[in-house]
Amino acid sequence: MSRSRENDTPMVFKGTVWKFGHNIDTDVIIPARYLNDSDPVSLAEHCMENANSGFSLKMKPGDLIAAGSNFGCGSSREHAPIALKAKGVSCIIAETFARIFYRNAFNTGLPILESRDAVMGIKEGDTIQVELETGRILNLDTGRSFQAAPVPEFMRQILKDGGLIPHIIRRGSG
Amino acid sequence: MPMTITEKLLADHAGLREVFPGQLVHATIDIALGNDITAPIAIKQFQKIGVKHVFDKDRVVLVPDHFAPNKDIQSAEQCRMLREFSREQHLTHYFEVGNAGIEHALLPEKGIVLPGDLVIGADSHTCTYGALGAFATGVGSTDLAAVMATGKLWFKVPESIKLIYTGRRRPWVGGKDLILYTIGKMGVDGARYQAMEFVGETIRRLPMDDRFTMANMAIEAGAKNGIFIPDPTTAAYVKRRATREFRFYRSDPKAIYREVMEFNLDQIEPQVALPHSPENVRGISEVGEISIDQAVIGSCTNGRISDLKQAASILKGKKAAPGVRLIIIPATPSIYREAMKKGYFDIFLNAGGVISPPTCGPCLGGYMGVLGKGERAVATTNRNFIGRMGHQESEVILSNPSVAAASAVLGRLAGPEELGIEQE
Ligand code: SF4
Repeated sequence: MSRSRENDTPMVFKGTVWKFGHNIDTDVIIPARYLNDSDPVSLAEHCMENANSGFSLKMKPGDLIAAGSNFGCGSSREHAPIALKAKGVSCIIAETFARIFYRNAFNTGLPILESRDAVMGIKEGDTIQVELETGRILNLDTGRSFQAAPVPEFMRQILKDGGLIPHIIRRGSG
Repeated sequence: MPMTITEKLLADHAGLREVFPGQLVHATIDIALGNDITAPIAIKQFQKIGVKHVFDKDRVVLVPDHFAPNKDIQSAEQCRMLREFSREQHLTHYFEVGNAGIEHALLPEKGIVLPGDLVIGADSHTCTYGALGAFATGVGSTDLAAVMATGKLWFKVPESIKLIYTGRRRPWVGGKDLILYTIGKMGVDGARYQAMEFVGETIRRLPMDDRFTMANMAIEAGAKNGIFIPDPTTAAYVKRRATREFRFYRSDPKAIYREVMEFNLDQIEPQVALPHSPENVRGISEVGEISIDQAVIGSCTNGRISDLKQAASILKGKKAAPGVRLIIIPATPSIYREAMKKGYFDIFLNAGGVISPPTCGPCLGGYMGVLGKGERAVATTNRNFIGRMGHQESEVILSNPSVAAASAVLGRLAGPEELGIEQE
């Protein structure tokens, strides 16, 4: 299997962390008033603007998000992971994800991991490194490392292929 | 192995004799749904896959309802994509403005979703159809695209939570109050990734519309699906609608549940969810003085005929308080017509209300009643997240239709009992 296709998701990330609380809903991630457009770039402009944080203005491409439980609850809008990805978020670590968001993130090739310990052990502004393959999360500022919940093999495959559609094209089945 | 209704449905659709929670299965889909927000992305993804035709033109359903009738040029373009795709693919169930209504009220009404079905929709409130004894769950646009192409999708079999309701409902207490009360107890992730199975003597006496309302909000507890065991009430509802076969599943007596919760309703009053979370639930008598600027009666949660009837029985001969905008949105054209025939429109208009065509409209802050800065609405919708109905600094309180109507009259959050009106 080739790993060099342009869609392929890279498997290691390093970046600065933005922290959010519990139950960050999809209306916060991308308010419904912008859903009359599905263009990733225009969606990214409004990403997290209901969250009242410096994130929407100051985050840099490659930064990561660490959040509490039930991240992405609410609507099924795939615009949420699309907006986060287009904004440049490289990976999201949460205590838990809401189920539709969980599917959507894999399907659109947005890397996500679940680890309560990591979320507790990371502060906003910390630099961390994440290995998707193993689920290892390393806080480079404190030297502490954490292990994320395992991801089923076939979902890792979807993510590696860059999302469900490239996955189906490459392997012929969803 | 004894199984729950949810497990049986998934097993049958995956061609397996039995399944267990946590198992990943590849299942055949009976109905796949998209709307004007989610289908455009699904259509683009479908085209990337490169298959020519959808897996079954009778089983892919597209409904422009969120920002339709088109609210602006961008919405018009999204709706145009649905229209053109439906024409190209000869979809049986595409609903043009005039025939369209809010998807989760429309599909059961038309007999498109039936008991025993496995339904996915690129809309989180697809779980509404669990009221019929179907397994129905929301997915994203890319999942919808995969189903349009292949007719199948992977699922993780959820654990089930059994929710038992007993006792007599007090006046003005309906499905909305039961589900708000439940979410208030469980929290917005209390059923995350799980099936909520609604049972008990109160449920057996619960009308179909109220069941839809309850299943609709299962997602607000984080559930994958909400489900009712089909019974004579279900049978009476589907009998005159179904044009294909359907099947009643039920849970085995020894099926295994992750949790069993019991609610006695004898003392439960109408419930409301205060900003900004559906779990922020109080009884109506505990809310104190909260003024409102707008009351919205509609949505896939409470835009059905019995909801409008409730609102009409409160508003009859009354007026919305000065400064309160009263917006009524029948969920489908046939509900609209029935409400008109029954004389509810006169009541609403005399009360100073405005009657919107069927649409999601303000429920998701689209149009037909978006809130400005600092404004507060009581709404029969299902979500009161920050900015859900408009400005980031506006607020939404969730309630049943009788509370929304009574609040409109009094200009503050209030229950129908304050107006001294008895439920018929
Ligand atoms: S009425 Fe509201 S909750 Fe229901 S489908 Fe429309 S936007 Fe979604």
